[in-house]
Amino acid sequence: MQDEFHEEWLRDEPCDATTTGRICTGVTSLLAVSASADNREHEIRNTAHATSAEQYDRLIRFLWAYCPTLESVAVSCPFHFGRGSMTPACRTPYELYSKESGKSYGNQPLSICDESFTPLEVRYDLASVRGQITRKMIEDGPNNMWRYLPLLPIPEGFEPDLPVGFTPLVRAKNLGKRVGSTNLYVKNDAVCFPRLSFTDRVVAGARANAQSFGFDVGGCSSTGNLANSGAAQAARLGLRACILVPADLEPAKILNTLVYGARLVRIDGNYDHVNRLCSLIADQYNWGFVNVNLRPYYAEGSKSVGFEIAEQLGWRLPDNVVVPMAGGSLIRKIKKAFDELVFLGLVEAKPVRFFGAQATGCSPISCAVKANTETITPQRPNTIARSLAIGNPADGPYASRMIREVGGYAEDVSDVEVVAGIQELAETEGIFTETAGGVTTAVTARLLAQGRIGAQELTISVITGNGLKTLDCLSGRFDLGRAVRPRLADFEQYLEELDASIAPVQSKEPELVPAD
Amino acid sequence: MSIRVMLPAAFARHTAGTKQVESAASTLPLLVDDLGVKFPQLGAHIRDEDGKLRKFINVYVNDEDIRFLGGDTYEFQDRDEVMFIPSIAGGC
Repeated sequence: MQDEFHEEWLRDEPCDATTTGRICTGVTSLLAVSASADNREHEIRNTAHATSAEQYDRLIRFLWAYCPTLESVAVSCPFHFGRGSMTPACRTPYELYSKESGKSYGNQPLSICDESFTPLEVRYDLASVRGQITRKMIEDGPNNMWRYLPLLPIPEGFEPDLPVGFTPLVRAKNLGKRVGSTNLYVKNDAVCFPRLSFTDRVVAGARANAQSFGFDVGGCSSTGNLANSGAAQAARLGLRACILVPADLEPAKILNTLVYGARLVRIDGNYDHVNRLCSLIADQYNWGFVNVNLRPYYAEGSKSVGFEIAEQLGWRLPDNVVVPMAGGSLIRKIKKAFDELVFLGLVEAKPVRFFGAQATGCSPISCAVKANTETITPQRPNTIARSLAIGNPADGPYASRMIREVGGYAEDVSDVEVVAGIQELAETEGIFTETAGGVTTAVTARLLAQGRIGAQELTISVITGNGLKTLDCLSGRFDLGRAVRPRLADFEQYLEELDASIAPVQSKEPELVPAD
Repeated sequence: MSIRVMLPAAFARHTAGTKQVESAASTLPLLVDDLGVKFPQLGAHIRDEDGKLRKFINVYVNDEDIRFLGGDTYEFQDRDEVMFIPSIAGGC
């Protein structure tokens, strides 16, 4: 017999469910638990055991029928897990709620609390699956983000078939030598399927819910990557897509959206203008906007980055995570993923510091962190890192609060450093990232140079997009050289010319150096 | 002097479905007060504990974020179109 009741304080984050625990190994166990008003004490009302799936189902029905005051049922059910299945029977109950007002909204296409006007979040009854979700169960799952499906808000009946996520976690020894770290890893979502960015993860979750809610048109406002992912996955699911982007978006990201047959509308304004328009469109049209009315579900897909980091490290947490910030969502969701794994007993708890990365030309969250406040002062974006160019980030206040609470920090870097970061990562690790990844790499280098991150601390640099999408930022950076005649002598002469021409390049602006 | 105030669906629950209203308020704090008079339920929800407009509500004047125009000190012009919109997230 085991007795593994978790501590009450764990309820504050990530869920507020009642206290539960697994009390028996080898059979299904159910505890019906009622929490007292102040949520500090619990009382066990019923304890029962089942030895088959049939008994388990009967027990569930019995408890709900005879325990009208029941607040939660904790279940350990080993009967329904299939090896390699994309759709495990085990799922964690979830619902929308407001952190500010505490109001619950069930599950519906809604992103704003109508009492506090704050963004809605998804909360889970994690206590009900504690002990049921195991490392082995996850490891036996598919080699993509759906191995974590029990911890994502995916509706019953949706059967994912796109192998999204589970991207490489790369030991970055060479980059580490350049920037002063002996324990640096790169989480490489530049190779995420299908559209080569982390947004494939969030769109996958949002699309699942769009289908469930009956939308036949999927939309989004995008700084580029989301447009690509949204268009590709809408095509796959047979949904029509209408995607709005700032008119000055990189040509590659526009073409990478149009090729899927999506309707793309270029808006004469920046991302914040596009986003505002989308919220008005969502009022008038019955469309599933992945980052408007489906936003709470969409954002949860980001948690898979955190789950993967922990699993790929051998079920442990890092010391530091450096994450690019646009709206400020991803950094919080990685933290949420770590918290959930700790809550479920899948990793040991430890302090993890989170560091946000922005471009100086659009740095409202890093400015707030440096000013030690969660008040966001909006900015007009002016940076080549367009995928991070959100001047009025909705999750900014929460991101700033979380970063400061865990002892992290945020930095921003110039566009020159962004390009240098892209080149450093490519030259040292063979990973070609877009401008957002250049931001993250350059900020990681700066944080190490500042001593905010220690050289031996296990640090993850999160790369969220592929360099093929922002080729224009490298325009003019390289000399293509002359064409050489196909003769060995000409080739050797050309090599001599190249060797002779190598000389230190004097940059007008220092690259990848710490700020004063 | 009169301005037109636009209230998206998220606010209409507290205005009995009204999505557009005229106001003679000259600044944002006075407009928030005026909305509280016209729609008491809305007034109770759009203010925080300090009586200020909640930080997750964005205000646009003729498509420009009011914070770029001076925020609370900006003086509305006749026929300004003022829009209240909750923050919408995106990107990473």
